[in-house]
Amino acid sequence: MEILLLQIFIPLIAAAVMLIAGKSARSLAGVLSLLPLAVTAYMYVNFVPDASIQYLVNLPWVPQFGINFKAGVDGISMILLILTNLLIPIIILSSFKHEIKNQSAFYALIFFMQSGLLLVFTALDGFLFYVGWEIALIPIYFICALWGGQNRIQVNLKFFIYTIAGSLIMLLAIIYLHLQTPNNSYDIAEFYKLNLDSSTQGWIFWAFFLAFAIKMPVFPFHTWQPDTYTEAPTAGTMLLSGIMLKMGIYGVIRWLIPVAPLGFHDWGLTALVLSIIGVVYASIIAFTQNDIKRLIAYSSIAHVGLISAGIFAWNMQGLQGAMIQMLNHGINVVGMFFVADIIIRRMGTRELDQLGGIAKPAPKLAIAFLIIVLGTVALPLTNGFIGEFLLLMGVYNYNIYFAALAGLTIILGAVYMLRMYQKVMLGVTNERTTIFSDIDTTEKSVLLIVSVLIIVIGIYPQPILHISEAAISNLLEQVNQKILVQ
Amino acid sequence: MINLVWLVPLFPLIGFLINGLGRNTLSKSVIGLTGCLAVLASFIVSLGIFIELNASNTKSFIVPLFDWISAGTVKIPFSFMVDPLSALMLLIVTGIGFLIHLYSTGYMSHDAGFGKFFSYLNLFIFFMLLLVLGSNYVIMFIGWEGVGLCSYLLIGFWYTNSSYASAAKKAFIMNRIGDLGFLIAVFLIFTTFNSVEFAVIFPQAASMLAGDRALIIITSLLFVGAIGKSAQLPLFTWLPDAMAGPTPVSALIHAATMVTAGIYMIARSNILFTLAPQTLHVIAIVGLATLLLAATIAVTQNDIKKVLAYSTVSQLGYMFLGLGVGAYTGAFFHVITHAFFKALLFLGAGSVIHAMSNEQDMRNMGGLKKKLPVTFLTMMIGTIAIAGLPPFSGFFSKDEILAHVYEHNQLFWVLGVIGAVFTSFYMFRMMFLTFNGSFRGTTAQEHHLHESPSSMTIPLIVLAVLSVIGGFIGIPEIFGGGHWLQNFLSPVFAVSAGKMPHLTLDHSTEFILMAVSVAGALGAMLFAYQKYVKKGEVPAEDRIERGTLARLSYNKYYIDEIYASLITRPLDSLSGFFHKVVDKKGIDGLVNGFGKGAIEASKSFRLLQSGMVGFYIFMMVFGIVALLVYSMYKI
Repeated sequence: MEILLLQIFIPLIAAAVMLIAGKSARSLAGVLSLLPLAVTAYMYVNFVPDASIQYLVNLPWVPQFGINFKAGVDGISMILLILTNLLIPIIILSSFKHEIKNQSAFYALIFFMQSGLLLVFTALDGFLFYVGWEIALIPIYFICALWGGQNRIQVNLKFFIYTIAGSLIMLLAIIYLHLQTPNNSYDIAEFYKLNLDSSTQGWIFWAFFLAFAIKMPVFPFHTWQPDTYTEAPTAGTMLLSGIMLKMGIYGVIRWLIPVAPLGFHDWGLTALVLSIIGVVYASIIAFTQNDIKRLIAYSSIAHVGLISAGIFAWNMQGLQGAMIQMLNHGINVVGMFFVADIIIRRMGTRELDQLGGIAKPAPKLAIAFLIIVLGTVALPLTNGFIGEFLLLMGVYNYNIYFAALAGLTIILGAVYMLRMYQKVMLGVTNERTTIFSDIDTTEKSVLLIVSVLIIVIGIYPQPILHISEAAISNLLEQVNQKILVQ
Repeated sequence: MINLVWLVPLFPLIGFLINGLGRNTLSKSVIGLTGCLAVLASFIVSLGIFIELNASNTKSFIVPLFDWISAGTVKIPFSFMVDPLSALMLLIVTGIGFLIHLYSTGYMSHDAGFGKFFSYLNLFIFFMLLLVLGSNYVIMFIGWEGVGLCSYLLIGFWYTNSSYASAAKKAFIMNRIGDLGFLIAVFLIFTTFNSVEFAVIFPQAASMLAGDRALIIITSLLFVGAIGKSAQLPLFTWLPDAMAGPTPVSALIHAATMVTAGIYMIARSNILFTLAPQTLHVIAIVGLATLLLAATIAVTQNDIKKVLAYSTVSQLGYMFLGLGVGAYTGAFFHVITHAFFKALLFLGAGSVIHAMSNEQDMRNMGGLKKKLPVTFLTMMIGTIAIAGLPPFSGFFSKDEILAHVYEHNQLFWVLGVIGAVFTSFYMFRMMFLTFNGSFRGTTAQEHHLHESPSSMTIPLIVLAVLSVIGGFIGIPEIFGGGHWLQNFLSPVFAVSAGKMPHLTLDHSTEFILMAVSVAGALGAMLFAYQKYVKKGEVPAEDRIERGTLARLSYNKYYIDEIYASLITRPLDSLSGFFHKVVDKKGIDGLVNGFGKGAIEASKSFRLLQSGMVGFYIFMMVFGIVALLVYSMYKI
């Protein structure tokens, strides 16, 4: 049995189990979510950190169309497998605090989505990649539309149509590439070999970029995001921000730039500039947000903008920074939304103005929240610092002024994050916050896992950096060669 | 012992973990003991390191621990460096740190957050030691930002007071502005020298030409970092606000150690700065401007801690002035003596505040001399030391800086001496208002007046002794001294010294310079005595109208207000504009416009708009299949 197939299909089986599990769905979901993580752990232990593709699966699927079920894992995919399978159990555990209607469907959708995500992160066939891309989207749409807040229908429709529009354009590009290959294949290796002229690659660049930029989102394709994050149920927000947006980032690294290196050569600067604008623009908007979820949503746009900037700077530091920061951002943003959820659940409001002084009745929450804030503002010895340091260094190697602009995130991030922390936790309690009860066992375990990850990765990041180093350096080499030849 | 240098930061880290985890369960005495012992153990190891280094012929050791970050050619090891500069700084941080921990066991004994306080204090020592010991700029940066975090936590220690919480936030953000400069400097250092290790960079830099463009940019950016951390113009306004923290914190972090990190970093990087004379010139001017500005604010402040805070800003200005004229040893000398007397003065002020039931306004004090004899005596020693009267410690270090300044630029020297005159005035003003005259507080306060317990007075006495004799480590040749400090530090500054003009003042000039500044300080002291003891003046109530100059000084030149209207408020408006206009109306309007346009255009397909999501998904899948079919026919 191929271990990778196991990895991808266990969540699908879990989804099926959920549908028949009935009342015990919740606890069963918790247990089942550990299986993919265990498989990932096994794969990590046996993984050789060189540039090769491991655990390769290559089965004919629709051979007459040149579609194969071809998937494999290199260092880049490995980090995203860890991200996905580490966060899903945390997200499921954090959902235990909620009364969820029709829970078997809820957890089935999460597992269904997990399969799609794993497919996206391992697919080496363009069509398979697209299938995974859509499989991941549909469940999250239903999670948000069925369990979300009051404006969920309208907000979600926009999110759905927006992302679908992006991915259809990407599909066109994939089909176009498929038609250009000599033997009409969807194989990514065949895509890499294509030598299209630079104006064609320009179009391909933009077709992919739109899909990925909407997903991340990169300025100015971000306006669906704050509304969607705010209206989604917490688990949905965590799935979207923690894992799903990494599909876009991963897509840029795996598909966009290597498939259209000349397009990147011509348009990479534009993408880089958009990313940096997003960092500053979203940070400034976050300054005055009064809705805690919306504030985190804008901060996420800023942080993702920096990751994207690091990639488009296209050098070892920027890319390695992006790899580790994908993981870090996932951990931190899930922690952040979980804290927000704890507060919203207890207080019944998302307005910062109505909070304050919670550190007094809830000192344990105060510590965990502070650690997450520090990770987010990239304090050294937290995970965020490793990522932002490398990302900014990557941008710096491209251009010092860009680094100075993107580096503003160091200051601006502290401004809005500490403002939020102060408004929620510090100051005097009001009559509502004074009866705030501190975190219980489930909440404590989620926050403990998140806090420990933040600090451990911050102190000893090398095991993670090491996973993707060879694969990234190989990719860099390969693309730079192509640009140089032209 | 030097190979065991990792023990030095490890002890406080363990102390932090024990007290942090046991803050609610351990008793106060266990917490206090753990906190103090952790730092004492570090001090003992530091002492061993110092002795070994002093005896050794090699003056620089690298102790590697593990690989921290590597990506491509960037390799950042987690390793420590022991040389005369770091060894001395270790002694200051752990030595004074220990005394302040000891003092805190008394000062904080009634506070509910006792355990939290000690864990934060230990954490601070840990980060400060990383800053001092790091063998490269990135490890130094960990400590650099880490102490900023502890500063944030301790300024906002009494977080239920929102203005304290705001002061903490302000300190962190202002520090972060500097930190961005530091960070970009690190990147530039890497691209210039292909390393961030001190031991690799400095020998390479030594062969570069003075005025090299890269060096000027690197040093300017590093200096931006120093401006934030060491509270210089224009980023100094966080330090007076930082007085919101408990007084031992002000003594340890905001006087003796953390705020001198900027000077330490520049002294560490001295060769880079020596070869960037333009940057040095800017440093001298910024230092000078800061020292004068802060000194002229201090003369009208009535909060005892605010006086000391502005005094600290001003004294840091002297250190930067010293660095700016290339007096690296002098500047570091002043770091040491200032650590003694300013820690003493803050702890003394803490003792006063403790006795006065948390009163900080000197207008409500007076006549405390009799009730707090130890506090009075030790603070008087600290005051004489900071005023620069011989033979107390401040005299030697300040005059060493001023002698170099004189040779560099005589106008700077005049301004520096004027600053010294102000220093003497505001310090004696503070002493006289607090300890002389008659008591002006409430009867409840008067009833409660008492000398502090020995846990608090012993540190005061030790620091007072150090403030008296601390200057003897650097007795200049003019008094027949060998200047031990200069010799000890010479390996660190050797290359720079070879590229700088030497001090060539003849003895008579040097004597005259000293005489002038001492006379100025004495004059200011007498003037303060006349005004506040003989005439018994008390500063006016806040509602009384002040003259223009006094009003400017009293209101700190309205700098906070200027920043609020030039930076904070415009940014908030910009935020609202971006959010409500650009984002909602502009970009999102466009996106929605697309959607609406599509609907308008497809009115004829209205029947397809069933509103059922399932149907849309079906259409999507159908579309994919259709495309596939198309591609098949294309084949």
